[in-house]
Amino acid sequence: MQSIKNHISLVVALVSILFSIQVFTIVDRSINAYKENLADNYSVIVVSELSIKNDEIKKISPLIDKVLELNPESVIKKLNTQIDKKNLELLKVTLPKFYRLNLKHFPSPDEIKLLTKKLLAHTLITKVENFASNHDSTFKMLLLFKDVISVFAVSVFIVTILLILKELRIWQFTHNERMSIMGLFGAPMWLSSAVLFRLAIVDAIISSIVAFILFSYLSTSIWIVQQLNNIGINIVVFDKLNDFLILFAVAIFSSVLLALLIVVGHKEEV
Amino acid sequence: MDKVIIAEKLSLAYSDEETIINGVNFSVDAGSFVFITGASGSGKSTLLKSLYGALKPQQGSLIVGGVEINGVSNKKLNFLRRHIGIVFQDYKLIKEWTIEKNIMLPLIINGYEKNVTQNQVDSLLKHVRLKHQAGKYPLELSGGEQQRVAMARALSHNPILILADEPTGNLDDYSSGLIWNLLEGANKQLNTTVIVVTHHIPETMSVDYKHFHIEYGSLNAVN
Repeated sequence: MQSIKNHISLVVALVSILFSIQVFTIVDRSINAYKENLADNYSVIVVSELSIKNDEIKKISPLIDKVLELNPESVIKKLNTQIDKKNLELLKVTLPKFYRLNLKHFPSPDEIKLLTKKLLAHTLITKVENFASNHDSTFKMLLLFKDVISVFAVSVFIVTILLILKELRIWQFTHNERMSIMGLFGAPMWLSSAVLFRLAIVDAIISSIVAFILFSYLSTSIWIVQQLNNIGINIVVFDKLNDFLILFAVAIFSSVLLALLIVVGHKEEV
Repeated sequence: MDKVIIAEKLSLAYSDEETIINGVNFSVDAGSFVFITGASGSGKSTLLKSLYGALKPQQGSLIVGGVEINGVSNKKLNFLRRHIGIVFQDYKLIKEWTIEKNIMLPLIINGYEKNVTQNQVDSLLKHVRLKHQAGKYPLELSGGEQQRVAMARALSHNPILILADEPTGNLDDYSSGLIWNLLEGANKQLNTTVIVVTHHIPETMSVDYKHFHIEYGSLNAVN
C-alpha cells in the first residue's frame, strides 16, 4: 500500500509537469495560428500621387508579402450620376493611386511604426493608413492572453516543483535507509540505487501514459474543437508522436534527476 | 594463526567529539569467538562500527581482513563488507522487502546464482524456525523474529567474519537461544570468526572464547 502511495505521489507530480508543458504548447500553437489568421486579414493601405510598381513597394520592407493596387472604378461608379463624363475622365487621371499591402506576419506596434515611417519616406507616397488603434488593441489582447496563460503554466510548474521537492524528501527518507543497509553489506552504488532508478523510470512511463491518454481525449473533445473553431483557428492539440516523445523525455529527465539527487545526497549513517 | 583483525594505537571518535576509544592495541585470530563487553556508552558499538568501516580511525591503524580501514576506497570497503556478516541491535531489515528477500540480500550482492540463493535461504529459514513466515514483511514479525531474520542474513553468504551488536538484547529466551546456537554453529562448523558486543556473556557457551572489556576508552583482555 505504501509502495502504491509512493508511486501515486510522484506520478501526480510528473503528470502536473507534463500537463503544464502541453497546455503551454497548445496555447503557443493557438496564438501562432491566430496571429497567422490576423496577418491574413490585416493590411496596410498606401496612397500615392503617381503609380508605383508593386516590386518597388515590396522592396521598401521585408515585412511586405503582397502588394495589390486597388481599382478606383467602384468609387468612380458612385460618382457617375453626379459628374459629367469629361470631369469624370479628368478625375480618373488626377485621382491618387491606392495600394493594399499584405504582411508576412501579424506585426507588433513597433514594426507597424517602422513600416509606416519607411513607406512615408518614399517620395511618391503621400499617406499610409495602418489602422493602428484597431491593430494595437488586438495585439494587446493577444499578448494579455499569452501572458495570462504563461502565468498559469508557470504557476502550475512551480507548484509541481514544490511537489517534487516534497517527494524528494520522502524518497530520501524511504530510500536512504535501504541504500544504507545495502551499502553495509557491500553493495556498490549502482546496485543499491537500482531500485530507485527503476521506480523513477516506471513512474515516468506511467505519467507519460496518463498524459498521453488525457491529451488524446482532449484533442478529440468536441468542446475543445468548438472553442478553436469559434476563434477561427485549426491546430493540432496533441501530436501523438512528437508531443508524446517530448513529454516522455521530460518525465524521464525529471524523475531520473530526482533519483540522481537522492543518490548524490546519500550519506551512510554512522 | 592468521589474524583477521589487527589494531595498533587505534583511536576512534565521531567528528568533532571527544575520543571514545583511545590508542588501543588488539588482534583477533581467524576462527576465534570474541566477546566485547563494557558499560553503556563505553564505546563497544563504536569499536564494532570501525570494524566494518562505518567509522574511520581518528588515529592509529586498523586492518580488517587484510584491508587497512584508514583511507580505504569505497570499492575496497564494499569488497570487504561482502565478506562480513553484520547483526545490528536494531536489526536493519529492509521494510519493503519480504524476510526471504532480506535474507537473500548478501547473496544478491555477492552475485550468487538464483538456485543457490534459494536453497541457502530455505535452509537458513529452517534454522531460524521462520520457514512459515518467508513471505511476510519485517514489520509483521516480533522483535525476536526480526533479529532471527537479521541473523540468517548475516550467515547467508558464509562470511569470514560475523560482527554482532547486542544480538540478543531485549529478546526472549527462545530467540536468544537460537541466535547463540547459530553463532556458535558458524564458528565451530565453518570456522567463521565471530565478534559479539554484549552486556552479558551467556553462561552456556560451548565454544572457547576470548573476552575483551572496554572501560574509559581502553580495551583490556579479560581471559
